[in-house]
Amino acid sequence: MLDLLRTRLKQGTRTSGFPGEAPEFPERFRGRPAFDASRCGDGCAGCARSAPSGLIQPGPPPMVDLGACLFSPEEAAACPAGAVEFTRDFRMAASTRPGLRSETGEVELARALDQRSRRLFGRSLRLRSVVAGSCGGCEAELVALGNVVFDLARFGVQFVASPRHADGIVVTGAVNTNMRSALQATWDAVPDPRLVIAVGACAINGGPFRDSPEVGEGVPEELPVDLWIPGCPPHPLTMLDGLLRLLGRIEVGPRV
Amino acid sequence: MSAFDSLGLRNRRSVPWESVPRETERGFRETVLSAVANGWRLASFFGMPEGQSDTRLLAVLAHDASGSLGATSTVVGDGFESLTPPCPEAHLFEREIAEQCGVVPRGHPWLKPLRRHAPDHLPPGREPIEVDREAYPFFRIHGEEVHEVGVGPVHAGIIEPGHFRLQAHGEEVLFLEIMLGYQHRGVERLLETARADRAVLVAESIAGDTVIGHAAAHCGAIEALARSRKTPRAQAIRGIALELERLANHIGDLGAIAGDVAFQPGASYLGRMRGECLNLLMTISGNRYGRGLLRPGGVLFDIPPGMASEARDRLEALRADLEPAATLMLESPSVLGRLEGVGGVPREKCLELGFVGVVARACDVPRDVRHDHPYGIYRFAHIPVATAWAGDVLARALVRWVEIRRSLEFLLEQLSVLPAGAPRVACGALQPRELVVAMEEGWRGEIVHVAVTDARGAIRRYKVTDPSFHNWTAVALALPGNQISDFPLCNKSFNLSYAGHDL
Repeated sequence: MLDLLRTRLKQGTRTSGFPGEAPEFPERFRGRPAFDASRCGDGCAGCARSAPSGLIQPGPPPMVDLGACLFSPEEAAACPAGAVEFTRDFRMAASTRPGLRSETGEVELARALDQRSRRLFGRSLRLRSVVAGSCGGCEAELVALGNVVFDLARFGVQFVASPRHADGIVVTGAVNTNMRSALQATWDAVPDPRLVIAVGACAINGGPFRDSPEVGEGVPEELPVDLWIPGCPPHPLTMLDGLLRLLGRIEVGPRV
Repeated sequence: MSAFDSLGLRNRRSVPWESVPRETERGFRETVLSAVANGWRLASFFGMPEGQSDTRLLAVLAHDASGSLGATSTVVGDGFESLTPPCPEAHLFEREIAEQCGVVPRGHPWLKPLRRHAPDHLPPGREPIEVDREAYPFFRIHGEEVHEVGVGPVHAGIIEPGHFRLQAHGEEVLFLEIMLGYQHRGVERLLETARADRAVLVAESIAGDTVIGHAAAHCGAIEALARSRKTPRAQAIRGIALELERLANHIGDLGAIAGDVAFQPGASYLGRMRGECLNLLMTISGNRYGRGLLRPGGVLFDIPPGMASEARDRLEALRADLEPAATLMLESPSVLGRLEGVGGVPREKCLELGFVGVVARACDVPRDVRHDHPYGIYRFAHIPVATAWAGDVLARALVRWVEIRRSLEFLLEQLSVLPAGAPRVACGALQPRELVVAMEEGWRGEIVHVAVTDARGAIRRYKVTDPSFHNWTAVALALPGNQISDFPLCNKSFNLSYAGHDL
């Protein structure tokens, strides 16, 4: 018992100061990519030829699709003019799929739900996780959201054991053939009003598995997605930032 | 034609495809069976289309005591006599061959779908085979008061999809059958068809918690085929990344086991410390799981001296936090009482069915690729193999704890003696018509990637075997005799990958 208390004292409090304090990321962290159109002078389309993903759609004008980003160093290196660069900005969740596309890499950050939904979910949101054709990376980060550092539960958000108890589903994975019916059955079992949150490059457009005949291109159109969280996998704070914006707990403000 | 064991095949050393014996079906069978009887084991066994309507079966055999590998092959039509009855460790490989190539292992005692998909390695001249993905014949026990419990594919937590069917009498589990394939994404076909720079991203995504392990095996195979020689510095950085991955996952697993027996201090402290290891990987590679670090030819990110000393400081701080937290957990009688004697795997089943990694080492089968088939940094820096003998949940936890401390020592040492050299060298075109086997001791156990190139030096066949492929059978064997309520704890003590199995 004394050992328990001694260890408890020594371990201290480790919960992140986010969202009150701005988090710090290491220099090499690959967050939101930025695109400098002025450096892409001649529109050589080298990015489309040599990048391993469809992050940049050559123009004119060239468009950045954050939903297609795999956050690999090669996607920045693919532009011979150096117009693509990963920034350390971790905030990139959007309310709409077009919100992830722009000419600069800027994201239209997620808007808060309408007032009625916020009254229902703002202080208590119960989610059901459906994994459908993933590598397990996004799930590992979803699990990490529950640890003492990120401590998702302090915001009233919890993952629950039944779709009947849930206010929405979190979909990870490219939605492969072998999970399509289980995803639909889970969605059908969640009572209205309900949310869909798409987490990770796979759920947004197929991720690294895109083009395989065994997977789709992310969450099927029949599911009305309320929050798109890019990443491969998204950092837990990218997820937390998106969720808190959706719930109106972080206001859309200027970038830091 | 040479004998299967005199090809000069070793971990990451390729051989000409022509030198691989092409035996009659009978000769192939005898070669494999006598090798297995003489201390070899099946590291990989798969099929690939040959000509219009035939399938070439290739068996890769490993002899751990001498660090050698062997290979032999045969050509079959739409079936062959199953090796499983005399050689049970072939059982899953043969189910996989049936599903991928449409070749039936006749006489297989448990021939069921493995991942539930249509054959994706069918010879071009054969009729396509339709597959009912929903059909799966479960084993059932009938009798008064026998009942059945089904769990999944969507689980009550944040867990990958899989279906578990328990036959139980009251609380006691009589039988567990595990139906997988829900995470099937067609990884092998992608690795065979995608451009090289995309393929390495797919390799990093075979199992999201084993990014380094699978990327290292993939790079090892490609580098051997391209005759690219990494610098000692690149090898050391890869070793550092692999041990950081092991550290993160083993610490996370101990925390998760603590959570499953409701020992909250262990769950919260160790869960946080897992994150510290991931954050260190992020400092080095820009991603918490080490994505983007390993590429054919070496590593994309160097560890400059300032970063190495910062990493050492952070690992020393981690060690200071870790020792009391893990000791608190592993010395609490209430924890030990829940781990001891639960979910045991018998040693003879491990040998018979070819389990690997922590699961094998916890029942006193000292298999470890780093030790048995050393490569890269592990040729120079040896990590002793940790074993336990009881084969239960506690033994698996103890093996992890010993490995955590050994990985920490390795990391602290390597970070202070990083050799000079470039982090990455060129890695050009692949040699035509060669076979390579790249093995890696990932944190779960043995990862095997096998690649065969065609006459133009393109990948003709790429075979991936994650340790989970073998070890899911161990979960099914560990459950009978335990209570249903111990199923989550047992499952957690293995912590296998669904994605790694399903590919």
